[in-house]
Amino acid sequence: MYFDTIIAGFGGQGVLLMGNVLAYAAMHAGKQVTYMPVYGVEMRGGTANCTVVISDRPVGSPIIHEPVSAVVMNRPSAEKFGPMVKKKGQVFVNASLIKEGQFTTRAKTVCWVPTMELASDIGNRRLANMVMLGAVVQGGGMLTIQQVADALSGALDPRYHKMIPANVGALKAGARFISEQKAAKKG
Amino acid sequence: MARRVLIKGNEAIAMGAIEAGCRFYFGYPITPQNEIPEYMSMAMPKLGGTFLQAESEVASINMLLGAAATGARVMTSSSSPGISLKQEGISYLAGSQIPGVIVNMSRSGPGLGGIHPSQGDYFQSTRGGGHGDYRTLVLAPSTAQENYDLTMLAFDLAEKYRNPVMILGDALIGQIKEPVELKSYRKKPQDKPWALTGAKGRHGQILKSLFLADGELTDHNWMLAKKYKSMEKEVRFETYRAEDAQLMLVAFGSVGRILKTSVDILREKGKAVGLLRPITVYPFPKQAVRQAAEEAKALMVMELNTGQMVEDVKLAAECACPVDFYGRPPGSIPTPDELAKEAMKVWRKRGLK
Repeated sequence: MYFDTIIAGFGGQGVLLMGNVLAYAAMHAGKQVTYMPVYGVEMRGGTANCTVVISDRPVGSPIIHEPVSAVVMNRPSAEKFGPMVKKKGQVFVNASLIKEGQFTTRAKTVCWVPTMELASDIGNRRLANMVMLGAVVQGGGMLTIQQVADALSGALDPRYHKMIPANVGALKAGARFISEQKAAKKG
Repeated sequence: MARRVLIKGNEAIAMGAIEAGCRFYFGYPITPQNEIPEYMSMAMPKLGGTFLQAESEVASINMLLGAAATGARVMTSSSSPGISLKQEGISYLAGSQIPGVIVNMSRSGPGLGGIHPSQGDYFQSTRGGGHGDYRTLVLAPSTAQENYDLTMLAFDLAEKYRNPVMILGDALIGQIKEPVELKSYRKKPQDKPWALTGAKGRHGQILKSLFLADGELTDHNWMLAKKYKSMEKEVRFETYRAEDAQLMLVAFGSVGRILKTSVDILREKGKAVGLLRPITVYPFPKQAVRQAAEEAKALMVMELNTGQMVEDVKLAAECACPVDFYGRPPGSIPTPDELAKEAMKVWRKRGLK
Protein backbone atom coordinates (compact mmCIF):
# COMPACT_ATOMS: atom_id res chain seq x y z
CA MET A 1 0.00 0.00 0.00
CA TYR A 2 1.28 3.43 -0.94
CA PHE A 3 -0.55 6.75 -1.01
CA ASP A 4 0.60 10.33 -1.11
CA THR A 5 -1.20 13.64 -1.44
CA ILE A 6 -0.60 17.36 -1.45
CA ILE A 7 -3.40 19.18 0.38
CA ALA A 8 -3.57 22.87 -0.50
CA GLY A 9 -5.77 25.92 -0.08
CA PHE A 10 -6.15 29.30 1.61
CA GLY A 11 -4.75 29.67 5.10
CA GLY A 12 -7.77 29.27 7.38
CA GLN A 13 -9.51 26.63 5.25
CA GLY A 14 -8.10 23.94 7.49
CA VAL A 15 -5.77 22.26 5.00
CA LEU A 16 -3.04 21.61 7.57
CA LEU A 17 -5.61 20.12 9.94
CA MET A 18 -6.81 17.78 7.18
CA GLY A 19 -3.24 16.57 6.70
CA ASN A 20 -2.72 16.17 10.43
CA VAL A 21 -5.89 14.14 10.92
CA LEU A 22 -5.05 11.93 7.94
CA ALA A 23 -1.48 11.35 9.19
CA TYR A 24 -2.66 10.66 12.72
CA ALA A 25 -5.22 8.13 11.49
CA ALA A 26 -2.55 6.43 9.38
CA MET A 27 -0.26 6.10 12.40
CA HIS A 28 -3.06 4.51 14.41
CA ALA A 29 -3.82 2.12 11.58
CA GLY A 30 -0.22 0.87 11.90
CA LYS A 31 1.03 2.49 8.69
CA GLN A 32 4.30 4.29 8.07
CA VAL A 33 3.50 7.97 7.57
CA THR A 34 5.07 11.40 7.14
CA TYR A 35 3.44 14.83 7.21
CA MET A 36 5.35 17.81 5.86
CA PRO A 37 3.91 21.33 6.09
CA VAL A 38 5.10 24.49 4.41
CA TYR A 39 6.94 26.39 7.12
CA GLY A 40 7.73 29.82 5.72
CA VAL A 41 5.69 33.00 5.95
CA GLU A 42 2.22 31.47 5.73
CA MET A 43 -0.72 33.42 7.16
CA ARG A 44 -4.52 33.53 7.14
CA GLY A 45 -5.68 34.44 3.64
CA GLY A 46 -2.37 33.38 2.10
CA THR A 47 -1.84 29.91 0.65
CA ALA A 48 -0.85 26.90 2.69
CA ASN A 49 -0.17 23.27 1.86
CA CYS A 50 1.09 20.05 3.33
CA THR A 51 2.18 16.70 1.97
CA VAL A 52 1.14 13.40 3.54
CA VAL A 53 2.74 10.08 2.58
CA ILE A 54 1.25 6.80 3.82
CA SER A 55 2.92 3.47 3.14
CA ASP A 56 3.51 -0.04 4.40
CA ARG A 57 7.26 0.60 4.01
CA PRO A 58 9.37 3.31 5.66
CA VAL A 59 8.88 6.65 3.90
CA GLY A 60 12.08 7.94 2.29
CA SER A 61 11.09 11.39 1.12
CA PRO A 62 8.31 13.39 2.77
CA ILE A 63 8.38 15.82 -0.18
CA ILE A 64 6.75 14.71 -3.43
CA HIS A 65 7.17 16.35 -6.85
CA GLU A 66 4.72 14.11 -8.74
CA PRO A 67 2.01 13.17 -6.25
CA VAL A 68 -0.44 10.30 -6.61
CA SER A 69 -3.17 12.73 -5.58
CA ALA A 70 -3.80 16.37 -4.80
CA VAL A 71 -6.53 18.00 -2.76
CA VAL A 72 -7.12 21.55 -3.94
CA MET A 73 -9.36 23.80 -1.88
CA ASN A 74 -8.94 27.03 -3.89
CA ARG A 75 -8.13 28.13 -7.44
CA PRO A 76 -4.45 29.12 -6.96
CA SER A 77 -3.81 25.68 -5.45
CA ALA A 78 -5.58 23.95 -8.34
CA GLU A 79 -3.46 25.91 -10.82
CA LYS A 80 -0.25 25.08 -8.99
CA PHE A 81 -0.75 21.44 -7.98
CA GLY A 82 -3.25 20.14 -10.59
CA PRO A 83 -0.58 19.83 -13.30
CA MET A 84 1.83 17.99 -10.96
CA VAL A 85 -0.39 14.96 -10.27
CA LYS A 86 0.55 11.64 -11.92
CA LYS A 87 -1.39 10.45 -14.98
CA LYS A 88 -2.94 7.58 -13.06
CA GLY A 89 -3.61 9.86 -10.11
CA GLN A 90 -6.59 11.64 -8.62
CA VAL A 91 -7.37 15.30 -8.06
CA PHE A 92 -9.96 16.21 -5.42
CA VAL A 93 -11.35 19.62 -6.29
CA ASN A 94 -13.31 21.96 -4.04
CA ALA A 95 -16.18 22.54 -6.48
CA SER A 96 -17.59 25.29 -4.26
CA LEU A 97 -14.74 27.63 -5.23
CA ILE A 98 -13.21 26.16 -8.40
CA LYS A 99 -14.91 25.85 -11.79
CA GLU A 100 -14.14 23.57 -14.70
CA GLY A 101 -11.51 24.93 -17.08
CA GLN A 102 -9.75 26.91 -14.37
CA PHE A 103 -6.81 24.51 -14.11
CA THR A 104 -5.08 21.74 -16.03
CA THR A 105 -4.15 18.23 -14.98
CA ARG A 106 -3.00 14.96 -16.55
CA ALA A 107 -4.74 13.00 -13.82
CA LYS A 108 -7.19 10.35 -15.00
CA THR A 109 -9.62 10.98 -12.15
CA VAL A 110 -10.92 14.38 -11.11
CA CYS A 111 -13.44 14.41 -8.26
CA TRP A 112 -15.51 17.59 -7.99
CA VAL A 113 -16.69 17.86 -4.39
CA PRO A 114 -19.13 20.66 -3.48
CA THR A 115 -17.64 20.88 0.01
CA MET A 116 -19.42 23.99 1.27
CA GLU A 117 -22.82 22.91 0.00
CA LEU A 118 -22.45 19.47 1.58
CA ALA A 119 -21.23 21.08 4.81
CA SER A 120 -24.23 23.46 4.78
CA ASP A 121 -26.54 20.46 4.37
CA ILE A 122 -25.27 19.04 7.64
CA GLY A 123 -25.52 22.41 9.33
CA ASN A 124 -22.06 24.02 9.40
CA ARG A 125 -20.21 25.43 6.37
CA ARG A 126 -16.98 25.50 8.35
CA LEU A 127 -16.85 21.70 8.18
CA ALA A 128 -16.03 21.91 4.45
CA ASN A 129 -12.48 20.64 5.07
CA MET A 130 -13.72 17.52 6.88
CA VAL A 131 -16.26 16.87 4.12
CA MET A 132 -13.34 16.97 1.68
CA LEU A 133 -11.24 14.68 3.86
CA GLY A 134 -14.10 12.17 3.90
CA ALA A 135 -14.20 12.30 0.09
CA VAL A 136 -10.41 11.84 -0.14
CA VAL A 137 -10.42 8.82 2.18
CA GLN A 138 -13.34 7.22 0.32
CA GLY A 139 -11.84 7.98 -3.09
CA GLY A 140 -8.22 7.22 -2.20
CA GLY A 141 -8.96 4.05 -0.25
CA MET A 142 -5.83 4.28 1.90
CA LEU A 143 -7.80 4.07 5.17
CA THR A 144 -11.39 3.56 6.23
CA ILE A 145 -13.68 6.41 7.29
CA GLN A 146 -13.99 4.71 10.68
CA GLN A 147 -10.20 4.78 11.15
CA VAL A 148 -10.15 8.51 10.45
CA ALA A 149 -13.16 9.14 12.71
CA ASP A 150 -11.46 7.19 15.51
CA ALA A 151 -8.33 9.33 15.15
CA LEU A 152 -10.11 12.65 15.72
CA SER A 153 -9.91 12.54 19.52
CA GLY A 154 -6.12 12.14 19.35
CA ALA A 155 -5.53 14.57 16.51
CA LEU A 156 -7.71 17.42 17.80
CA ASP A 157 -6.98 19.63 20.77
CA PRO A 158 -9.25 18.69 23.73
CA ARG A 159 -10.84 22.16 23.43
CA TYR A 160 -12.53 20.99 20.23
CA HIS A 161 -13.57 17.50 21.33
CA LYS A 162 -17.21 18.57 21.60
CA MET A 163 -17.06 19.12 17.83
CA ILE A 164 -16.06 15.50 17.11
CA PRO A 165 -19.59 14.21 16.32
CA ALA A 166 -20.10 17.06 13.83
CA ASN A 167 -16.71 16.30 12.25
CA VAL A 168 -17.56 12.61 11.94
CA GLY A 169 -20.81 13.63 10.25
CA ALA A 170 -18.84 15.74 7.80
CA LEU A 171 -16.40 12.90 7.02
CA LYS A 172 -19.35 10.60 6.32
CA ALA A 173 -21.09 13.20 4.14
CA GLY A 174 -17.97 13.52 1.97
CA ALA A 175 -17.55 9.75 1.74
CA ARG A 176 -21.25 9.29 0.86
CA PHE A 177 -20.93 11.84 -1.95
CA ILE A 178 -18.05 9.89 -3.55
CA SER A 179 -19.90 6.56 -3.19
CA GLU A 180 -23.01 8.01 -4.83
CA GLN A 181 -20.95 9.46 -7.68
CA LYS A 182 -19.32 6.08 -8.30
CA ALA A 183 -22.69 4.32 -8.18
CA ALA A 184 -24.18 6.86 -10.61
CA LYS A 185 -21.29 6.31 -13.05
CA LYS A 186 -21.74 2.55 -12.94
CA GLY A 187 -25.50 2.82 -13.31
CA MET B 1 5.09 0.40 26.99
CA ALA B 2 6.54 3.36 25.13
CA ARG B 3 3.99 5.87 23.92
CA ARG B 4 3.79 6.42 20.15
CA VAL B 5 3.04 9.99 19.08
CA LEU B 6 2.89 11.95 15.83
CA ILE B 7 5.23 14.91 16.30
CA LYS B 8 7.48 17.25 14.36
CA GLY B 9 11.19 16.55 14.22
CA ASN B 10 11.83 19.74 16.17
CA GLU B 11 9.39 18.71 18.90
CA ALA B 12 11.13 15.32 19.09
CA ILE B 13 14.41 17.14 19.85
CA ALA B 14 12.81 19.15 22.64
CA MET B 15 11.05 16.09 24.10
CA GLY B 16 14.23 14.00 23.96
CA ALA B 17 16.15 16.75 25.76
CA ILE B 18 13.58 17.01 28.53
CA GLU B 19 13.42 13.22 28.91
CA ALA B 20 17.24 13.20 29.28
CA GLY B 21 16.99 15.69 32.14
CA CYS B 22 17.67 18.96 30.35
CA ARG B 23 16.18 21.71 32.54
CA PHE B 24 17.84 24.79 31.03
CA TYR B 25 17.19 26.02 27.51
CA PHE B 26 18.51 29.27 26.10
CA GLY B 27 17.72 30.31 22.55
CA TYR B 28 16.83 32.95 20.04
CA PRO B 29 14.16 32.42 17.33
CA ILE B 30 14.97 31.48 13.74
CA THR B 31 13.16 29.42 11.08
CA PRO B 32 13.14 26.40 10.67
CA GLN B 33 13.74 25.37 14.30
CA ASN B 34 11.18 27.53 16.14
CA GLU B 35 9.17 24.54 17.40
CA ILE B 36 12.09 23.73 19.73
CA PRO B 37 11.95 26.99 21.74
CA GLU B 38 8.15 26.97 21.40
CA TYR B 39 7.95 23.55 23.04
CA MET B 40 10.55 24.43 25.65
CA SER B 41 8.71 27.63 26.56
CA MET B 42 5.59 25.58 27.33
CA ALA B 43 7.25 22.59 29.00
CA MET B 44 10.05 24.09 31.10
CA PRO B 45 7.98 26.20 33.54
CA LYS B 46 5.84 23.15 34.39
CA LEU B 47 9.00 21.16 35.22
CA GLY B 48 10.59 23.88 37.31
CA GLY B 49 13.13 24.36 34.52
CA THR B 50 14.28 27.49 32.77
CA PHE B 51 13.30 28.63 29.30
CA LEU B 52 14.93 31.88 28.34
CA GLN B 53 14.69 33.74 25.06
CA ALA B 54 17.96 35.65 25.05
CA GLU B 55 18.67 38.96 23.33
CA SER B 56 20.85 37.22 20.74
CA GLU B 57 22.47 33.95 19.74
CA VAL B 58 25.75 35.14 21.28
CA ALA B 59 24.02 35.70 24.61
CA SER B 60 22.24 32.33 24.50
CA ILE B 61 25.42 30.28 23.91
CA ASN B 62 27.16 32.10 26.76
CA MET B 63 24.16 31.47 29.03
CA LEU B 64 24.54 27.80 28.09
CA LEU B 65 28.23 27.97 29.02
CA GLY B 66 27.45 29.48 32.41
CA ALA B 67 24.66 27.08 33.31
CA ALA B 68 26.53 24.01 32.02
CA ALA B 69 29.58 24.96 34.11
CA THR B 70 27.49 24.14 37.20
CA GLY B 71 26.99 20.57 35.93
CA ALA B 72 23.41 21.06 34.68
CA ARG B 73 22.14 19.60 31.42
CA VAL B 74 21.72 22.55 29.07
CA MET B 75 20.68 22.94 25.45
CA THR B 76 20.49 25.69 22.86
CA SER B 77 19.24 25.47 19.31
CA SER B 78 19.34 27.58 16.20
CA SER B 79 19.73 27.38 12.44
CA SER B 80 22.72 28.12 10.23
CA PRO B 81 23.17 31.94 10.51
CA GLY B 82 22.44 31.71 14.25
CA ILE B 83 24.90 28.83 14.66
CA SER B 84 27.60 30.96 13.03
CA LEU B 85 26.98 33.55 15.75
CA LYS B 86 27.33 30.89 18.44
CA GLN B 87 30.76 29.70 17.25
CA GLU B 88 32.77 31.86 19.63
CA GLY B 89 30.92 30.33 22.57
CA ILE B 90 31.30 26.80 21.20
CA SER B 91 35.06 27.33 20.95
CA TYR B 92 35.10 28.51 24.59
CA LEU B 93 33.07 25.44 25.63
CA ALA B 94 35.59 23.19 23.89
CA GLY B 95 38.56 25.04 25.39
CA SER B 96 37.06 25.01 28.89
CA GLN B 97 35.82 21.41 28.53
CA ILE B 98 32.24 22.27 29.39
CA PRO B 99 29.55 19.92 28.07
CA GLY B 100 26.51 21.27 26.25
CA VAL B 101 24.14 20.31 23.46
CA ILE B 102 23.80 22.59 20.45
CA VAL B 103 21.15 21.86 17.82
CA ASN B 104 21.58 23.12 14.26
CA MET B 105 18.44 22.62 12.14
CA SER B 106 20.38 23.99 9.24
CA ARG B 107 18.98 26.12 6.44
CA SER B 108 20.56 27.38 3.29
CA GLY B 109 23.41 29.85 3.04
CA PRO B 110 25.83 31.45 2.69
CA GLY B 111 24.83 34.60 4.53
CA LEU B 112 21.17 34.91 5.42
CA GLY B 113 20.53 32.48 2.55
CA GLY B 114 17.02 31.08 2.76
CA ILE B 115 14.89 28.66 4.74
CA HIS B 116 15.27 25.63 2.44
CA PRO B 117 16.89 22.47 3.76
CA SER B 118 20.64 22.37 3.18
CA GLN B 119 23.67 20.37 4.28
CA GLY B 120 26.00 23.30 3.67
CA ASP B 121 27.09 23.38 7.33
CA TYR B 122 28.87 20.01 7.22
CA PHE B 123 32.34 21.54 7.18
CA GLN B 124 31.50 24.06 9.91
CA SER B 125 30.09 21.32 12.15
CA THR B 126 32.76 18.66 11.66
CA ARG B 127 35.81 20.94 11.68
CA GLY B 128 35.08 22.63 14.97
CA GLY B 129 33.45 25.74 13.53
CA GLY B 130 34.99 28.42 15.70
CA HIS B 131 38.62 29.38 16.25
CA GLY B 132 41.25 27.02 17.62
CA ASP B 133 42.22 23.38 17.20
CA TYR B 134 39.13 21.60 18.51
CA ARG B 135 36.30 19.28 17.50
CA THR B 136 32.72 18.80 18.54
CA LEU B 137 30.93 15.45 18.45
CA VAL B 138 28.34 15.73 15.68
CA LEU B 139 25.21 13.55 15.42
CA ALA B 140 23.22 13.61 12.18
CA PRO B 141 19.65 12.28 12.62
CA SER B 142 17.50 11.35 9.61
CA THR B 143 14.11 10.74 11.22
CA ALA B 144 12.00 12.28 13.98
CA GLN B 145 12.66 9.12 16.00
CA GLU B 146 16.41 9.62 15.69
CA ASN B 147 15.98 13.25 16.71
CA TYR B 148 14.47 11.99 19.95
CA ASP B 149 16.96 9.17 20.55
CA LEU B 150 20.11 11.03 19.51
CA THR B 151 19.25 14.08 21.62
CA MET B 152 19.25 11.86 24.70
CA LEU B 153 22.55 10.35 23.56
CA ALA B 154 23.98 13.83 22.94
CA PHE B 155 23.68 14.73 26.63
CA ASP B 156 25.44 11.50 27.66
CA LEU B 157 28.29 12.02 25.20
CA ALA B 158 28.67 15.69 26.13
CA GLU B 159 29.18 14.73 29.79
CA LYS B 160 31.28 11.66 29.05
CA TYR B 161 33.80 13.74 27.08
CA ARG B 162 33.17 17.13 28.72
CA ASN B 163 32.71 18.50 25.24
CA PRO B 164 30.06 20.32 23.20
CA VAL B 165 27.91 17.96 21.12
CA MET B 166 26.16 19.20 18.03
CA ILE B 167 23.01 17.77 16.50
CA LEU B 168 23.13 18.50 12.78
CA GLY B 169 19.72 18.28 11.15
CA ASP B 170 18.20 20.41 8.44
CA ALA B 171 14.87 22.08 7.67
CA LEU B 172 13.43 18.79 6.40
CA ILE B 173 14.44 16.87 9.54
CA GLY B 174 13.06 19.65 11.76
CA GLN B 175 9.75 20.17 9.98
CA ILE B 176 8.81 16.58 9.14
CA LYS B 177 6.07 15.13 11.31
CA GLU B 178 6.12 11.36 11.82
CA PRO B 179 5.48 8.73 14.48
CA VAL B 180 7.93 8.67 17.37
CA GLU B 181 8.15 6.13 20.17
CA LEU B 182 8.78 8.02 23.40
CA LYS B 183 11.26 5.73 25.12
CA SER B 184 12.22 6.41 28.71
CA TYR B 185 15.67 7.70 29.61
CA ARG B 186 17.30 5.24 31.99
CA LYS B 187 20.93 6.34 32.44
CA LYS B 188 22.06 7.23 35.97
CA PRO B 189 23.49 10.71 36.46
CA GLN B 190 27.30 10.83 36.37
CA ASP B 191 29.55 12.41 38.98
CA LYS B 192 30.83 15.78 37.85
CA PRO B 193 33.74 16.67 40.13
CA TRP B 194 34.74 19.42 37.69
CA ALA B 195 31.45 21.30 38.06
CA LEU B 196 31.33 24.71 39.74
CA THR B 197 28.96 24.03 42.60
CA GLY B 198 30.36 26.37 45.28
CA ALA B 199 33.63 25.62 47.10
CA LYS B 200 32.16 24.83 50.50
CA GLY B 201 34.24 22.03 52.05
CA ARG B 202 36.64 21.78 49.13
CA HIS B 203 39.26 23.80 47.29
CA GLY B 204 38.09 26.30 44.75
CA GLN B 205 38.26 25.30 41.08
CA ILE B 206 37.98 27.11 37.78
CA LEU B 207 36.83 26.30 34.26
CA LYS B 208 38.74 28.37 31.72
CA SER B 209 40.18 28.40 28.24
CA LEU B 210 42.96 30.93 28.86
CA PHE B 211 46.37 29.34 29.47
CA LEU B 212 49.29 31.79 29.54
CA ALA B 213 51.95 29.95 31.56
CA ASP B 214 54.93 28.54 29.69
CA GLY B 215 53.99 25.27 27.96
CA GLU B 216 50.55 25.17 29.58
CA LEU B 217 48.59 25.65 26.37
CA THR B 218 50.71 23.09 24.52
CA ASP B 219 49.83 20.47 27.13
CA HIS B 220 46.18 21.54 27.06
CA ASN B 221 45.98 21.15 23.29
CA TRP B 222 47.67 17.73 23.36
CA MET B 223 45.29 16.60 26.05
CA LEU B 224 42.32 17.78 23.95
CA ALA B 225 43.74 16.04 20.87
CA LYS B 226 43.95 12.74 22.78
CA LYS B 227 40.37 13.23 23.91
CA TYR B 228 39.16 13.77 20.34
CA LYS B 229 41.03 10.62 19.29
CA SER B 230 39.32 8.68 22.08
CA MET B 231 35.92 9.82 20.75
CA GLU B 232 36.44 7.58 17.72
CA LYS B 233 34.87 4.66 19.57
CA GLU B 234 31.56 6.57 19.48
CA VAL B 235 31.28 6.08 15.71
CA ARG B 236 27.77 5.21 14.62
CA PHE B 237 26.44 4.43 11.15
CA GLU B 238 23.69 2.48 9.43
CA THR B 239 23.91 0.31 6.36
CA TYR B 240 20.90 -0.44 4.15
CA ARG B 241 20.80 -3.33 1.65
CA ALA B 242 24.60 -3.13 1.61
CA GLU B 243 25.17 -6.88 1.19
CA ASP B 244 27.02 -7.62 -2.09
CA ALA B 245 26.60 -3.96 -3.20
CA GLN B 246 28.70 -3.06 -6.21
CA LEU B 247 27.83 0.60 -5.89
CA MET B 248 27.68 1.91 -2.32
CA LEU B 249 25.92 5.23 -1.81
CA VAL B 250 27.07 7.35 1.13
CA ALA B 251 24.83 10.08 2.54
CA PHE B 252 23.80 11.51 5.91
CA GLY B 253 20.66 13.09 7.38
CA SER B 254 17.79 13.95 5.05
CA VAL B 255 19.53 12.63 1.91
CA GLY B 256 20.34 9.45 3.80
CA ARG B 257 16.64 8.72 4.33
CA ILE B 258 15.57 9.70 0.80
CA LEU B 259 18.23 7.36 -0.63
CA LYS B 260 16.69 4.34 1.09
CA THR B 261 13.80 4.61 -1.36
CA SER B 262 16.27 5.11 -4.23
CA VAL B 263 18.10 1.92 -3.18
CA ASP B 264 14.75 0.05 -3.18
CA ILE B 265 14.02 1.36 -6.69
CA LEU B 266 17.45 0.25 -7.94
CA ARG B 267 17.34 -3.14 -6.20
CA GLU B 268 13.98 -3.82 -7.85
CA LYS B 269 15.75 -3.27 -11.19
CA GLY B 270 18.33 -5.85 -10.14
CA LYS B 271 21.14 -3.37 -9.49
CA ALA B 272 23.32 -4.23 -6.50
CA VAL B 273 23.25 -0.81 -4.86
CA GLY B 274 23.48 -0.22 -1.10
CA LEU B 275 23.62 2.67 1.33
CA LEU B 276 26.04 3.62 4.08
CA ARG B 277 24.62 6.38 6.28
CA PRO B 278 26.95 7.99 8.83
CA ILE B 279 25.03 8.82 12.03
CA THR B 280 28.06 10.42 13.66
CA VAL B 281 29.69 12.73 11.12
CA TYR B 282 32.37 13.56 13.69
CA PRO B 283 33.85 11.12 14.50
CA PHE B 284 33.46 10.03 10.87
CA PRO B 285 32.92 6.28 10.25
CA LYS B 286 36.27 5.93 8.48
CA GLN B 287 36.65 2.18 8.90
CA ALA B 288 33.16 1.44 7.60
CA VAL B 289 33.81 3.59 4.52
CA ARG B 290 37.22 1.99 4.01
CA GLN B 291 35.67 -1.46 4.20
CA ALA B 292 32.92 -0.46 1.75
CA ALA B 293 35.58 0.90 -0.61
CA GLU B 294 37.31 -2.48 -0.55
CA GLU B 295 34.17 -4.55 -1.00
CA ALA B 296 32.24 -2.42 -3.54
CA LYS B 297 33.38 -1.45 -7.03
CA ALA B 298 32.56 2.23 -6.53
CA LEU B 299 31.33 4.69 -3.91
CA MET B 300 29.01 7.59 -4.59
CA VAL B 301 28.39 10.45 -2.17
CA MET B 302 25.20 12.50 -2.33
CA GLU B 303 24.68 15.71 -0.37
CA LEU B 304 22.49 18.83 -0.24
CA ASN B 305 25.54 20.97 -1.00
CA THR B 306 28.18 21.16 -3.71
CA GLY B 307 30.62 18.75 -2.08
CA GLN B 308 31.68 18.56 1.57
CA MET B 309 31.35 15.10 3.16
CA VAL B 310 32.71 13.68 -0.10
CA GLU B 311 36.16 14.86 1.09
CA ASP B 312 35.91 12.72 4.23
CA VAL B 313 34.75 9.76 2.17
CA LYS B 314 37.70 10.14 -0.20
CA LEU B 315 40.13 10.38 2.72
CA ALA B 316 38.63 7.28 4.32
CA ALA B 317 38.47 5.29 1.06
CA GLU B 318 42.21 5.86 0.53
CA CYS B 319 41.80 5.32 -3.21
CA ALA B 320 40.64 1.71 -2.71
CA CYS B 321 37.89 2.43 -5.27
CA PRO B 322 36.61 5.43 -7.25
CA VAL B 323 34.44 7.97 -5.37
CA ASP B 324 31.80 9.87 -7.36
CA PHE B 325 29.62 12.73 -6.18
CA TYR B 326 26.20 14.23 -6.77
CA GLY B 327 25.35 17.48 -5.00
CA ARG B 328 22.21 19.58 -4.87
CA PRO B 329 22.54 23.21 -3.75
CA PRO B 330 19.58 24.71 -1.84
CA GLY B 331 16.31 25.32 -3.69
CA SER B 332 14.67 21.93 -4.13
CA ILE B 333 14.81 18.52 -2.50
CA PRO B 334 15.77 15.70 -4.87
CA THR B 335 13.23 12.89 -5.21
CA PRO B 336 14.14 9.22 -4.76
CA ASP B 337 13.69 8.76 -8.53
CA GLU B 338 16.05 11.61 -9.38
CA LEU B 339 18.73 10.25 -7.07
CA ALA B 340 18.26 6.74 -8.47
CA LYS B 341 18.87 8.18 -11.96
CA GLU B 342 22.05 9.91 -10.74
CA ALA B 343 23.23 6.63 -9.24
CA MET B 344 22.56 4.88 -12.57
CA LYS B 345 24.79 7.42 -14.35
CA VAL B 346 27.66 6.37 -12.08
CA TRP B 347 26.67 2.71 -12.46
CA ARG B 348 27.14 3.00 -16.24
CA LYS B 349 30.19 5.28 -16.05
CA ARG B 350 31.97 2.72 -13.86
CA GLY B 351 30.91 -0.16 -16.11
CA LEU B 352 29.07 -2.03 -13.35
CA LYS B 353 26.88 -5.03 -14.17
